[in-house]
Amino acid sequence: MQLDLNDDQKTFQQTARRAIEKEMPLSRIREMVEVGATFDRRWWQSGAELGWAAMLVPEELDGGTISGDGLCDLAIVAEEFGRGVVPGPLQAVNTVIAGLVEVVGEQERHAETIGGLFSGELIASWAVYEPGREWDPLNPSVVAKVNGDSIVIDGVKDRVEHATSADLFLVTASGPEGVIQVLVPADAAGVTVTRQDGVDLARPFGEVRFENVEVAAANQVGTSSTTPAVVERQFQVAVALQCAETAGVVGRAFEMSCEWAFDRYSFGRPLASYQALKHRWADQKTWLEAILATTDAAVEAVSRRSSNSAELVSVAANYVGDKSTEIIQDIVQLFGGIAITYEHDIHFYLRRATINKHLYGTPTEHRRRVAQLIPA
Amino acid sequence: MTTETVEEFEARARAWAAENLPPEDPDNPPHFEDDLEDWSRQRELQKKVWEGGFAGICFPQEYGGLGLSTAYQEAYGRAIHGYQTPTRLNLPTFAIVAPVILDHGTEEQKQKYVRGALMGDVILSQFFSEPKGGSDLAGVITRAERDGDTWVLNGNKIWSTAAYGADYGICLARTDWDAPKHRGLSMFMVPIKEQAGFTLNRIRMVTADSDFCEEFFEDLVLPADALVGEVNDGWTVASRQLVYERTAVGGGSQYTQGPRMPRPQNHDVQSPAELAKSLGKQDDPYVQDRVGLAHTYEVIHGQINHRVGQAMRRGALPPPAASIMRLFHAESMWTTRDVMMDVAGGLAVAPNGHYAGAITNGVEDYLMRQSASLGGGSTEMARNLISERVLGMPREYAADRDVPFREVRQGR
Ligand SMILES: Cc1cc2nc3c(=O)[nH]c(=O)nc-3n(C[C@H](O)[C@H](O)[C@H](O)COP(=O)(O)OP(=O)(O)OC[C@H]3O[C@@H](n4cnc5c(N)ncnc54)[C@H](O)[C@@H]3O)c2cc1C
Repeated sequence: MQLDLNDDQKTFQQTARRAIEKEMPLSRIREMVEVGATFDRRWWQSGAELGWAAMLVPEELDGGTISGDGLCDLAIVAEEFGRGVVPGPLQAVNTVIAGLVEVVGEQERHAETIGGLFSGELIASWAVYEPGREWDPLNPSVVAKVNGDSIVIDGVKDRVEHATSADLFLVTASGPEGVIQVLVPADAAGVTVTRQDGVDLARPFGEVRFENVEVAAANQVGTSSTTPAVVERQFQVAVALQCAETAGVVGRAFEMSCEWAFDRYSFGRPLASYQALKHRWADQKTWLEAILATTDAAVEAVSRRSSNSAELVSVAANYVGDKSTEIIQDIVQLFGGIAITYEHDIHFYLRRATINKHLYGTPTEHRRRVAQLIPA
Repeated sequence: MTTETVEEFEARARAWAAENLPPEDPDNPPHFEDDLEDWSRQRELQKKVWEGGFAGICFPQEYGGLGLSTAYQEAYGRAIHGYQTPTRLNLPTFAIVAPVILDHGTEEQKQKYVRGALMGDVILSQFFSEPKGGSDLAGVITRAERDGDTWVLNGNKIWSTAAYGADYGICLARTDWDAPKHRGLSMFMVPIKEQAGFTLNRIRMVTADSDFCEEFFEDLVLPADALVGEVNDGWTVASRQLVYERTAVGGGSQYTQGPRMPRPQNHDVQSPAELAKSLGKQDDPYVQDRVGLAHTYEVIHGQINHRVGQAMRRGALPPPAASIMRLFHAESMWTTRDVMMDVAGGLAVAPNGHYAGAITNGVEDYLMRQSASLGGGSTEMARNLISERVLGMPREYAADRDVPFREVRQGR
């Protein structure tokens, strides 16, 4: 929660919260999970109309921001997604957009794709992880062969967010002269998508196989010399949004647990009157403030492209990753037995935080990155 | 008011520092010794700052300050980076005691203690804790009795940091034993000098430093103007002091000068990252994980102070939220100290070689690890405050509530 929202941002936040409360309350998400649905495309499209995919798109391409800091605006929505543990391709689509708008001089070529994404008609997802491997985007085993006017892709990606709903993948692959990224339509010949159900019931991932998949050379995004920087940008945007989402997850879970502190009685006293428990809520409050402080700093640094954005992103990622699950597990403990049942909502929060902690670098990987980025 | 912009101010401070302040020796960073010479050095440095016109940036002009905003204070901090400054005067003189005098002192007291401190003539310390307990501050049993125009002090204070180097201790004492505990207290300024009825001893700490002191008062006579605030209203003054202390210990005080954070008693010669490098462990994945964690806490420490400080100023969080900074500060210090030991690894057993100094400092800091969660009020008390005053949870049961203090049970 950024402390300094201007009036327009507040309206933007309220509108997002209302859209989520009205159309995507947890009761609805539970129903969807029961039937194996992922998210509602029409609902996503109405979100896109509210600007959920427009904030990183430059004005020349008809995008625009609320405050001038597009990622800060987007983080407001990400936090609302977290508060409601909402399913939807907010992070997936915006991360791909972040890459597409980053390739200077090529934006026109991808304008149609960008337009489709920000209007909500198209769903795209970054195909970057590979089976059995940790986060290592610049060493892909998926191969992209350039053949004159076309590119042929071979290999397997996994943990691709919303893979079964995506119309388009941004594939990070080994090209002839280094790593490149290529846009591949999900319906291209040779693409096979298999759903991977993971920890987060409301947010499936998928394995995507590419067998001799041929696309036009124009689908390449950037060159092998620009790709590492573009990948870094996508990574930072993804992690910043992820931290903002987790901040929302923990913020809401903490509210729920504080209500419980006053409502639940034991030995004739509310739980909130026991010092041993009060101290844990005090710790949680402190950690939550730290999560919010470091997330805001990371989002702002990435939004403004500060020279220390890589450092601040990894600082936030490792702290938010570890503390979010620690807090929520402690909240589960304070709720007691009910909290390890399916009936209680808290597991949705624990699931989302757990996923986020392990996606786009684990806390350990981020700490090592921090160690290497410490300013001399 | 000044018309000088922050940038102009910073540039002027930078130029002045280059001319007037001795540079810090990077190979031999300040390591405070617990001797009086070090305190004279602090006084000298403060006199330089005063003469240069940079003392008390956020203090009112009437009492010798500059009356400027925190932006100027921060600019000054940047400008003097790398120079020797009287950092030791920040806590408690500038950040805790002087603002309390500004809030509750008489005109004469403000001139004497606040202006005096800014001029480098007066160093202040705190006489709060007593052998029977520090957390229950309102339970002090040191007594002051009125004798005509004077007060007579009897009792015993303990854990007063660096009182041996100071000129006055601000001292909470009981003046009415028939009132409930919070209502029978008064605050006094006790001169620290050789005088009848006053004894000060140094206490050896686990690091072998002797920064802690204990004081004994036996019919010590204080003049009438030693009283700060109203008689029997000492708790109001003490409460104010606690707010300043929590803010300062967390690192968020506007009244410090130079580096905002108090330096640890044994200033780390190296950071965990530097220690890792000098031990050749910088590529060890486990060491990287730990070093990354320590740096993470260091960065977030600044971020949370910024956020909570702003939230408090805007009313988004109530003033007791200062305890959030305090609690995080302790965690951050624990983490750094634990990481130093992890990085040192087996070499911590008996450090030698070219890295011995750094490891020894790390080990000493580790032995003093809990000082970060006791000094300035324990983290347990911080948690009580956060749960009760920020989250609105029920107050702990107090057996001494509304009972004349005379009847309150005491520990042995
Ligand atoms: C580095 C350092 C500098 C200091 N400088 C000064 C100084 O300059 N002047 C000064 O006057 N004092 C100073 N102190 C003393 C400090 O304020 C006290 O140590 C602190 O307030 C704790 O009091 P105590 O040591 O008497 O512990 P106690 O109050 O006896 O507490 C013992 C333990 O019980 C816990 N506890 C006590 N009551 C409760 C409760 N109600 N609920 C839950 N837990 C409780 C405490 O948290 C602690 O863990 C300093 C201490 C340190 C470490």
